[in-house]
Amino acid sequence: MGESDSTASVNRRAFLRVAGVATGAAVAGGIPAMVAAQKAPSFPKGTKLNILEWVSFVPASDVEFKRLAAEFGKVAGVDVTVDLINMNDLNPRIASAIETRSGPDVIMMISNWPHLYAGGLADVDDVAEEIAKRDGAFYEIHKKMSVVDGRWKAVPLCNVNATWSYREDWFKEEGASKFPDTWDELRKVGTALKKKGRPIGQAFGHSLGDPNSWAYAVTWGFGGTEIDDKGKVVINSKGTIEALKYTVAFWKDCLDEGGLAWDDSSNNRAFLAGTISATINGASIYFVAKRQFPEIAKAMNHGHMPRGPAGRFYYSGGQGRAVMQYSKNQQVAKEFLRWFMDRPQYDKWMTANDGYTVGPTPHWEKHVLWEKDPKLVPFKESSKYARWAGYPGQPSRKASEALVKYILVDMYAQAIKGMKPEDAAKWAESELKKAYA
Amino acid sequence: MADQRIEPILTDSARLAAAIPSPVAVAPPEARRATWLGLLLEREHVLAGLLLAPTLVILTLFIAYPFVLGIWLAVSDKMVGRPGSFVGLQNFQVNLNDTIFLRAFQNTFVYTFIATALKLALGMATALLLNHHFHFKRIIRASMLLPWIVPTVLSTLAWQWMFDATFSVFNWVLMNAGLISKRILWLGDGTLAMGCLIAVNVWRGMPFFAITLLAGLQTVNPDVHEAAEIDGANAWQRFWRVTLPLIKPIMLVVVLFSMIATFADFQLIYVLTRGGPYSSTHVFGTYAYEIAMRAAKLGQGASISLFLFPFLLMVIVFQLWYIRRSD
Repeated sequence: MGESDSTASVNRRAFLRVAGVATGAAVAGGIPAMVAAQKAPSFPKGTKLNILEWVSFVPASDVEFKRLAAEFGKVAGVDVTVDLINMNDLNPRIASAIETRSGPDVIMMISNWPHLYAGGLADVDDVAEEIAKRDGAFYEIHKKMSVVDGRWKAVPLCNVNATWSYREDWFKEEGASKFPDTWDELRKVGTALKKKGRPIGQAFGHSLGDPNSWAYAVTWGFGGTEIDDKGKVVINSKGTIEALKYTVAFWKDCLDEGGLAWDDSSNNRAFLAGTISATINGASIYFVAKRQFPEIAKAMNHGHMPRGPAGRFYYSGGQGRAVMQYSKNQQVAKEFLRWFMDRPQYDKWMTANDGYTVGPTPHWEKHVLWEKDPKLVPFKESSKYARWAGYPGQPSRKASEALVKYILVDMYAQAIKGMKPEDAAKWAESELKKAYA
Repeated sequence: MADQRIEPILTDSARLAAAIPSPVAVAPPEARRATWLGLLLEREHVLAGLLLAPTLVILTLFIAYPFVLGIWLAVSDKMVGRPGSFVGLQNFQVNLNDTIFLRAFQNTFVYTFIATALKLALGMATALLLNHHFHFKRIIRASMLLPWIVPTVLSTLAWQWMFDATFSVFNWVLMNAGLISKRILWLGDGTLAMGCLIAVNVWRGMPFFAITLLAGLQTVNPDVHEAAEIDGANAWQRFWRVTLPLIKPIMLVVVLFSMIATFADFQLIYVLTRGGPYSSTHVFGTYAYEIAMRAAKLGQGASISLFLFPFLLMVIVFQLWYIRRSD
């Protein structure tokens, strides 16, 4: 404890020497030098920084994040507090913070929240552009999610993408030496697997992740989209109807019939219990398997989202961190984001996540952890194919409304329950027109 | 009558308080203040105002202000982080053209009425059983309340496991008993899922009915039952003609309270289905939350939850009318 305190104090002194500014004047002159020295700047005594994040599905990630936040606190002389809450509770907390103009200085943004809460977020152009310049560029999805009306409203943090977790051993028995590259190939293998009592698992209920991962990715893969690039609703298209027909056939031939009742954790349990042969998921199934079911971890692998006639797509949200407009500590908050996203710190956090998170720029595809475990490679490459709710239009508030109404998911769920694909597409069109009105 | 009785007591007390020499009265300036305060408090409207003030403040802060704000939001296009402007009844019009809202509207009534009727029937039956003398009477009566005491989210998570598509204990029992050959997807079909939600609500709310009705049953004088028995009334007639009319007031209050709570239910449905599958189990509460919180449309969300208001108002008016009539 004493040792780290003294380290912090040395770092602070080192910074002051490097930056050549007085304590408390953590402004323009000091910061570039600070970044070059990979140390945080100092702020007036008593400066506080409160950060609100989700509780990660990887406990080690939270531990490392808290450690890094505390490290920043010591180096910068800032009193940092971290609050972690359930992902589902973030929306109401953000809404009340913005409306009452009080609360955390930095809040995690998931998916298109920067668009949803743009009015309550400070601009972070300088930090985001600095990172983009350093690493070349952010992935397209992060730019779409974080830039609102030409201003960066969040600093992209990572992507938690869902690839296919599958039983490599069972797929091999059906002649698939690797995960099928196209949706049609997947259906062929899936049909054989289901006949042997090893169906594929996919949720079609109202949970945040998995149902959308299917609905959006399959629609795009077959050439359908909710809206065009100008925001006009175009869901009732040949591509969407093809995607619906494919899904209904896939449901009958390949899927576990429990899907309509599933939530985001059902497929994890079913996969680990050995009742399904494949499912769309983050790396969490693999991590749990490695800890608790090593024989399943050995027998499983990950595969990319298959290609459709229109290409390969992942539905993804992306995560970032926003500085709140009401915050009196915006400068500290931005410095924290800059410091955290700097390579030495981010590297440690990414290592703790062990492949669960994908870095926001292609630079992180070179991270050593991807070489350590080849089974995680599809995650590394997934952000290249990631698209957002509302693609190819903007991930706007209207896209959020379509999302929370589960219009695409319910379009598929109703088709599975017997509605004609053409009628399901028409239903989705009328609902989307209201959401995008 | 009651008012007339209370009036002289209060006045006398105030006079008495002013007349008794107190340690405070020893110091002349404070004594003047005490007298002045005493005189002021002696004035009934001042004292009444003072006594009512805390309640009024609490009601204004926590009931009236949120309610008025809710109405304002419902007639505005307010979104999180953006100022709202008045849009009249536009939000309500949007709701009435929204198929998901209309389904939620229907679901709210189905959920409330069926669940309340079942809770009443089962609660009454349980109360009648518990009203007898038997061993471990107190322990059993107390344990009845467990489902009602356990936090809703916790007990609902347990139900979620029991309804799980792959690991449902119900399916396991039914399959092993040879009653089904294919698993039942409890939460995978709109109608069945709604049935499950009602079942869990009944399980959770029934003990409240049972214990309250039991309290009502214990106030019924046994002599009345004996007299009816001597007159030749059978068990059913005694229940229908004697017990029921006597406990009707308490029954009505329990039903009304339960209806209000069930009508505004949120946690149970949000944990079990989040309104799915295919938006077939949304109620006002869950749908309003999705629109207001997750789509950040506070105005639209408020207009959905405000649809509760006319119904709740009717329930409250009826309740107050009935209680006054009983008095």
